[in-house]
Amino acid sequence: MKLIYRYMKPYKKVIGCVMGIKLLGAMTELLLPYILEHIIDVTVPSGKLLMVFFWGFVMIATAVVTRLFNVLANRQAVENAHNISYRIRQDLFARTINLSGSQFDFYGLPSLISRMTSDSYNVQSCVQSIQTLCVRAPIMLLGGIVVTLTMDRVLASVLCVMLPILLAVVAGVSRYGIPLYNKVQEGLDDVVRIMRENISGIRVVKALSKADYEKRRFSESNDRMTARDIKAGSVMALPGPIMQLSLNVGLTLVVFIGASRVNSGEMEPGVILAFLTYFNMILQSVMALNRIFMMISKASASADRIALILDIPEDQKVLLPEEAKQPAGEEFIRFEHVYFRYGEMDSGRPEDFAGSGRENCLEDIDFALKKGESLGIIGPTGCGKTTVVNLLMRFYDASEGGVFVDGQDVRTYQKDVLHRKFGVVFQNDMVFNDTLRRNISFGREVTEEQLAEAARDAMAAEYISRLSEGFDYMADIKGANLSGGQKQRLLIARALAADPEILILDDSSSALDYKTDAALRKAIASHHQDTTIILIAQRVSSVMNMTNILVMDDGRCIGYGNHAHLLQTCPQYKEIFETQMGALT
Amino acid sequence: MPGPGDRGRKKEKPKDARGTLRRILRYLKEYRWIVAVLTVCAFASNIGNLLGPGFAGKAIHAAGAGRGRVDFDVVFYYGRCMLIAYILSSLLTFLVNMGMMRVSRHVAQKIRKDVFDKLMTLPVGYFDRNQAGDIISRVSYDVDVVTTCLSTDVVQIITSVITVIGSFVMMCVISLPLVTCMLITIPMAVLYTRYMGRRTRPLYSRRSKAYGSMNGFVEEMFSGQKTILAYAYEDGVCEEFSAINHEAADAYRDADSLGMTMGPSIGFINNLGLSLIGLLGAVFYLWKWVDLGQISSFVLYSRKFSGPINEIANIINEIYSALAAAERVFYMLEEPEEVQDIYGAKTLDHVRGDVEMKEVSFGYVPGKTVLHSLDLEAKEGQTIAIVGPTGAGKSTIINLLMRFYDVDQGAVFVDGNEIRTVTRDSLRRSYAMVLQDTWVFGGTIYENIAYGKEGASMDEVVAAAKAARIHSYVMRLPEGYQTVISEDGGNISKGQKQLLTIARAMLYDTRMLILDEATSNVDTGTERQVQQAMRRLMKGKTCFVIAHRLSTIQNADKILVVDHGDVVEQGTHEELMLQKGFYYRLYASQFE
Repeated sequence: MKLIYRYMKPYKKVIGCVMGIKLLGAMTELLLPYILEHIIDVTVPSGKLLMVFFWGFVMIATAVVTRLFNVLANRQAVENAHNISYRIRQDLFARTINLSGSQFDFYGLPSLISRMTSDSYNVQSCVQSIQTLCVRAPIMLLGGIVVTLTMDRVLASVLCVMLPILLAVVAGVSRYGIPLYNKVQEGLDDVVRIMRENISGIRVVKALSKADYEKRRFSESNDRMTARDIKAGSVMALPGPIMQLSLNVGLTLVVFIGASRVNSGEMEPGVILAFLTYFNMILQSVMALNRIFMMISKASASADRIALILDIPEDQKVLLPEEAKQPAGEEFIRFEHVYFRYGEMDSGRPEDFAGSGRENCLEDIDFALKKGESLGIIGPTGCGKTTVVNLLMRFYDASEGGVFVDGQDVRTYQKDVLHRKFGVVFQNDMVFNDTLRRNISFGREVTEEQLAEAARDAMAAEYISRLSEGFDYMADIKGANLSGGQKQRLLIARALAADPEILILDDSSSALDYKTDAALRKAIASHHQDTTIILIAQRVSSVMNMTNILVMDDGRCIGYGNHAHLLQTCPQYKEIFETQMGALT
Repeated sequence: MPGPGDRGRKKEKPKDARGTLRRILRYLKEYRWIVAVLTVCAFASNIGNLLGPGFAGKAIHAAGAGRGRVDFDVVFYYGRCMLIAYILSSLLTFLVNMGMMRVSRHVAQKIRKDVFDKLMTLPVGYFDRNQAGDIISRVSYDVDVVTTCLSTDVVQIITSVITVIGSFVMMCVISLPLVTCMLITIPMAVLYTRYMGRRTRPLYSRRSKAYGSMNGFVEEMFSGQKTILAYAYEDGVCEEFSAINHEAADAYRDADSLGMTMGPSIGFINNLGLSLIGLLGAVFYLWKWVDLGQISSFVLYSRKFSGPINEIANIINEIYSALAAAERVFYMLEEPEEVQDIYGAKTLDHVRGDVEMKEVSFGYVPGKTVLHSLDLEAKEGQTIAIVGPTGAGKSTIINLLMRFYDVDQGAVFVDGNEIRTVTRDSLRRSYAMVLQDTWVFGGTIYENIAYGKEGASMDEVVAAAKAARIHSYVMRLPEGYQTVISEDGGNISKGQKQLLTIARAMLYDTRMLILDEATSNVDTGTERQVQQAMRRLMKGKTCFVIAHRLSTIQNADKILVVDHGDVVEQGTHEELMLQKGFYYRLYASQFE
């Protein structure tokens, strides 16, 4: 909720205005019944037609003014909500895009997306409603209570009976109703999970003729969810009628008590009627407050989720040269006895986050590459190959040891300066919903020539030229209209386009056949001689021609050297080589 | 209000509202008596609500006699009437809410079941063409919209209509002349609402669209966050987002600031009505057409009358979006199903495993043939290796063998039976299949292995697991065979997953086998186990292998070389090497 206040603050004057206008509107609105009452009770019996017309026009004029106030206030409220939500979204987006690797992983993609979409939406409607709704109901409530108390205290005591009941209903719903809905949500998750399983495994299900079995399985979870839904629905069906009933019982009580008080002469008869009107007003505003309360609690949960992201501290400070480590050699890229563990950064992660334990993901990784050399990294999945790249590009900071690029600790570089040295293709990298041209240039100044050259070296020129729109061909979301091989070649073109000093290809030719893969490596080797290349692969054939090969297992280096050297010294490498050679695709 | 995550889908108009409504009514048919009773209850509850103020008025009138002259009998009589009317009305409201809620949940349950059952009958091609997320959102989101509409909006419509008609009748009864005031304000309200509706609708749909594209952009950029960072493109992306964010915010402002004038304006029309009642009432009073009490009651009822009128426009919007949602669901229920087995189709049993493809042509899209007149013969117990570059169409052959798709020309035979003359179930049951994309579902390891053979005993499962060399691994897990694994298999490695699906195929024990070898090794230890297990599984079976490993290929009885969807060469390894054709070049390229 603090977040909402924080963003509303710059607009506090305008918001104050809105509320003021709304207040005026509410007051003129309250005037209307009085005028009507005056017409009926005083003017009409007096029989003065002129006065009737006078008061009639006053009433219409008041109605016009009321509309004017309300429209004015509403419009300005929308305008404020518009400005505030724009700024919240912009800040949240910028913060999220700039999160470090470990921070991003910690919150996870779906949660970050939903903060950006549904949470920011909840906040927006709350900001708007606070300005428009929060004036009327409290005024009605306060005004109603004050007036009834001054009218007749005994009758007002009926309120003391009804209000606790209403409050109990509100409390009961939030205490018992909401947990039931969580159960429903879990049930729905189950239903969706089974559905997803069946969609992804449809071939297996069909091959094994398990359709009937799956129908039963789905049916069970569907029934379970429905039962929970009905239970929650039954609880939620209660408050409406109960509130309505207590309101009406209250009214009846007022009539009974009022009648006896009139009879004993303690009260004027007219008071009963007036009392009923105010009574109605009070109870209505209690219900309205209940709705506002529920809305605010929903929005404040959302606001907290957004604030959590906005308040994440920057976890990777740029170090001054004197704070940083000095490399022990002058090679272009150096890893010096690097260790890495996840979950070490105090970057807004809760203390209890143990993740997959604090085991070393990397242990004593040590290598050095001269400019123009190439490094192949090979090893089983999950052995830490990608982590090497993550440290080199400073998505994470090494736990121990030093990582150096061009004679400088990576931690001394401005993030963007460091990243501009690289051209990189990650595992399962993204093709964006944009033209191929913009996918390749990707925000950098790339000339038409460089573009064509990059596409040619990445073996992508041929298929792009076959497309009718060429480089202006629109790629679908995640490149759905390109084949796996086409996507990978496009991504490689992106990596090559700005002539990077360091080229990183992480398992990015897996969808290419041997022929294309070989041609690609040849093209890169001949046209990018000064580029230092790091290539992560699972196929020996991809790395065997590299100047250096790092064989990894379980976060450790189990072999380092060139192909011939490794065949001699590293039995695991020899084994992979032997099982793999002779594969055809 | 369009939600944030709906990617601009709400507020659409259904294309065939009438037809969709009919289908919803068909779902309600089962509950027609309940719904009828509930409608009557809703009616009665509203009548009670309408009568309440009348009784209250009479009781107050009696109480208003003044000191010592109050006729308590009358007060209590009407007070009781009032209490009873209100209590009954509340009870009935509760009953109606409950009833409609239950009915709508059961309808939702039925729709979900129908959708799922339908999914199970759809051809595999449907799943190749449609995204899982899209299908799932129909079951979760769209069905939910329909349910909410059924359980709340329908009741509200009934209530509103009754209240409006009821209070109108009461107003006519009280004073026909005063009703003329309403003749001015009602058309005003209706015309205004329609006018505003026309003006706001395009703005709201622009708003939905803007939110939709913003959500899409956010999802895409967050998914590619690491890439964006790596290319130092954060600022550029933020700028792009700023434009999109602006458009969304502006669309929101334009739509809502117009939309927000609706409420006060309708309020104004109501207040205008009140003023008119006051004015005309006064005039009529002077002409002795009405008395004061009548004016008061008329005011009360005119308030009741105008309330729902404001709501109805909203509700109609909701109903439209529910119809649009329902239409999307029903649209899916109408997808063409897998072709029915022909009449009198045989059940394929005691399969030997002779498979033959004769002059088979096939294309996924009409006019784009990917297999041209393919001939292939696999004798009982033979191994056929299918090789070729990625995307060459290797899996197409598998799709045809399993009859996931039907051939366009030619025919496929198993043991001399044309496969379209046997039941699809029995055909598929005679193959076991191990795919590269190993599929496990959320359940215990036991359930996953026993999946192909319902009611398999634990001994059988253990035997299969032992044959697949995964038994000792399973025994090391905390709960052994009862360990629960999840769909994405997060708690079990890729290699173990492969072994698990091999065990599943072992248990299934058929004469024919379809195998998709993994392209890259997982880790050398597991890799060897997987290979051994596969060998064991293939023994004595007719096997179709999408092969990546030289040892598999060299041992195959026949190699099918596929390129660009065509079978370019066929033969044994030696024969093909001698041909010095595509296979030879493919083989040689890895040593470059």
